[in-house]
Amino acid sequence: MQYVNQPVMKKDAMALVTGQPVFMDDLAPADCLIVKLLRSPHANAMIEEIRTDAAMRIPGIEAIYTWKDVPQQRFTLAGQTYPEPSPYDRLILDRHVRFVGDPVAIVAGTTEKAVDRALKIIKVKYQVLEPVLDFHTAKDNPVLVHPEESWKSLCPVGADNKRNLCAADFSEEGDLDSVLSDCDLVVEGTYHTKANQQAMMETFRTCCYLDTYGRLNILSSTQIIFHVRRIVSNALGIPKSKIRVSKPRIGGGFGAKQTAVCEIYPAFVTWMTKKPSKIIFSREESQIASSPRHEMEVKVRIGAMNDGKIRAIDVYTLSNTGAYGEHGPTTVGLSGHKSISLYRNLEAYRFAYDVVYTNEMSAGAYRGYGATQGLFAVETTVNKLAARLHMDPVKLREQNMVREGDEMPSYYHETATSCALDRCLSRAKEMIGWDEKFPCRDMGNGKVRSVGVAMSMQGSGISGVDVGSATIKLNDDGIYTLMIGAADMGTGCDTTLAQVAAECLDCSLDDITVFSADTDLSPYDSGSYASSTAYITGGAVVKACEKLREKITQKGAELLGYSASDAEFDGKEVFCNATGASVSLTDIAIRSMAGNHEALQVTEANSSPTSPPPFMVGMVEIELDKETGSIDILDYVGVVDCGTPLNPNLARVQTEGGIAQGIGMALYEDIQYTPKGQLMNNSFMQYKIPSRMDVGRIRVELESSYEQSGPFGAKSIGEVVINTPSPALVHAVANATGLWIDELPITAEKIAMGLLEHEN
Amino acid sequence: MMIKLNLNGKPVTADVAEDSLLIDFLRDHGCYSVKRGCETSNCGLCTVFLDGKPVLSCSLLTVRTDGKSVQTLEGLQEEAAEFGAFIARQGAEQCGFCNPGMIMNAIAMFRENPDPTDEEIMEYLAGNLCRCSGYEGQLRGIRAFLDYKKSKGETSVCNM
Repeated sequence: MQYVNQPVMKKDAMALVTGQPVFMDDLAPADCLIVKLLRSPHANAMIEEIRTDAAMRIPGIEAIYTWKDVPQQRFTLAGQTYPEPSPYDRLILDRHVRFVGDPVAIVAGTTEKAVDRALKIIKVKYQVLEPVLDFHTAKDNPVLVHPEESWKSLCPVGADNKRNLCAADFSEEGDLDSVLSDCDLVVEGTYHTKANQQAMMETFRTCCYLDTYGRLNILSSTQIIFHVRRIVSNALGIPKSKIRVSKPRIGGGFGAKQTAVCEIYPAFVTWMTKKPSKIIFSREESQIASSPRHEMEVKVRIGAMNDGKIRAIDVYTLSNTGAYGEHGPTTVGLSGHKSISLYRNLEAYRFAYDVVYTNEMSAGAYRGYGATQGLFAVETTVNKLAARLHMDPVKLREQNMVREGDEMPSYYHETATSCALDRCLSRAKEMIGWDEKFPCRDMGNGKVRSVGVAMSMQGSGISGVDVGSATIKLNDDGIYTLMIGAADMGTGCDTTLAQVAAECLDCSLDDITVFSADTDLSPYDSGSYASSTAYITGGAVVKACEKLREKITQKGAELLGYSASDAEFDGKEVFCNATGASVSLTDIAIRSMAGNHEALQVTEANSSPTSPPPFMVGMVEIELDKETGSIDILDYVGVVDCGTPLNPNLARVQTEGGIAQGIGMALYEDIQYTPKGQLMNNSFMQYKIPSRMDVGRIRVELESSYEQSGPFGAKSIGEVVINTPSPALVHAVANATGLWIDELPITAEKIAMGLLEHEN
Repeated sequence: MMIKLNLNGKPVTADVAEDSLLIDFLRDHGCYSVKRGCETSNCGLCTVFLDGKPVLSCSLLTVRTDGKSVQTLEGLQEEAAEFGAFIARQGAEQCGFCNPGMIMNAIAMFRENPDPTDEEIMEYLAGNLCRCSGYEGQLRGIRAFLDYKKSKGETSVCNM
């Protein structure tokens, strides 16, 4: 193939590396009102009185809004297909504030200084209420996070606001209890993962202005332009026809920007004042009031025989959605569906969950979307099982892991139509030198070197739900415009989708101009999330380009005076095989602009009844200091099956980046609350994302399968790559010390204290 | 307070507030490559040169630049493009938001140490955070750039 599977440079790369003004705040109108939020200092409180008169007198203050000023219909900020599984539990501003950081007032002014002063002198009297801060006690707690009657759930997800339940469900196949009781061995574990922050380098930000027609234009750093249009319409109570949403370059998303964290505030300001406005979250706001990973406690039981045969898996997940339910009902499902399904021929499985409200920051979508938490728990339990059986954990996996052609009962009974997990495992083993290094080597200086392993799977889009579309049109000179609604957030989808188009149209990559994304101009796309863009939108690009080829052939044949069945298109000209007559693409394009009745433009949509999983194996070698408990990563090996990589460079960097982010979750990134519910890790001082000194060396290889239903055999890559570090590192620590760390992050303190306890 | 500085080769006279931060001053003067990723001097995105040395513009008062020379990526477009292409060939620019700060600091490193080891590179750039790339691709790009410079026989890269 000429373009697909080639390591071409991203189309926007040179603009990015030379620092061109392509991000939201580089493009916002200069006269924007500055919008900031006054936030609640209490985890649970009612606003009794709020006085803004003194603040309004500050020169430059344009408007201050409180709960009395906003529409009273509830909505969700989750970027999901309508009807959203996430409950409608938000107002733009609510009299009832539900976490430390919940917005109390919106302040807009001409200068930042004026706005900052106003924020300081707004007087609020709160009736402070008892908060629910321990998610173990949330279900059926007498304190309700959402006691209000106007709360509603649009989908049957088991939500009940009178029980602090955002969702609950239960599924099983086979007789779990009897299979477990018949097993030689049942290994159990309870695991705790934190509400990690995506911590993309560009914080949440949006600007708004009214256009010639009085429509609200929203330029936002978002993954979900079409969902933002609906969310703002719901929040402001204005028709969608009055709203246009577009995105510039995005400074990282990782799912954070699959929730409309900040859009509604400047949208409300601009709609009310008719003036342009912008909001830019500080890093502190991005840490304390955004959309992090759902904190989860996952209980796992695995039943197996002495020969290593795994017969049954039981998973129960308790998920903390925080004060609001964004992505609560859906993230939790992946903790079971994408962990249990790694193991084949189970005689029984059970997966149950509760998602509860608490008075902490609302959670959201973060790369891995629940699978990360579930895989940490299940993969660690499988490693414990291997230890109990005195078996090599790689051999245990070889014996039990899912293989191509297997039906996966816990994955909606889908078949693993493409699966190179076995090849990933054997290649990773070879790369790291597993057989020589497992389980550990004492270096004789107080240090131990050890290895750890984990597997991972994800999906490629949401089956039967996600829609990707592409419009491709022929312009003068025989060049094309590809219009999409998917959001390139650094992942490079503008380029990879152009590669697909160039491949389909037999043209140069430079002949494809990509436009994304604008609700007025782009064809509908659910947005870039759920690892959908390459597989779902990529499929739409193939369809659209194939149709356009037919149209070009038809038009060329017509110009030559033949029927389309006698003509062929080779990307440069339409020609008749029999006679040798031909007409160039440029001429066809030019002729399509005079006296033409048939647009040389095609829009196609694509969806998929299945969500073919990409697979991955991660292996790590660490050096652990037994005295201090500190860990150095010596080598991290990741081998991924993403089907055909559309662009091997970008697939590799996605993998390296996902592994580094996963290492951050495993080793460094902690979330701690004060007893009153205030988040302590509110800056990059306290929330330590890895620097280049902290991730060791990462080596990645791609072991491709071929997914028939994907564009040129492609599956997804974006999320599967974040899941292995936590279980692999916990495993390596156990192999070095015998200690199993069940709560992330794995800190030196936990290891050192654990070893001390061991000694006593 | 009135200050005079040289910004990307051009003299600038400006009346700035005492509490104005250099990052805001630079963005107000069209240097949009300068990004803010945190408010705590942790991320390195706002790196610029003050009299040729890399500094964090989020942590420097504008008045401190009086009589000095400030350079941003806008003033180093040739170097940025030449070196940046090597990052881009790895696909390691990703979202691009951290690129200007990292590239500024990399240029500073090349000037100080034209032949760094991998460890020296990682140490020099440790203050430049990136959440997308996992850093490996950046290192490959830097290595490829240094190899290219060596093959051209250029001992000192990115001369001022």
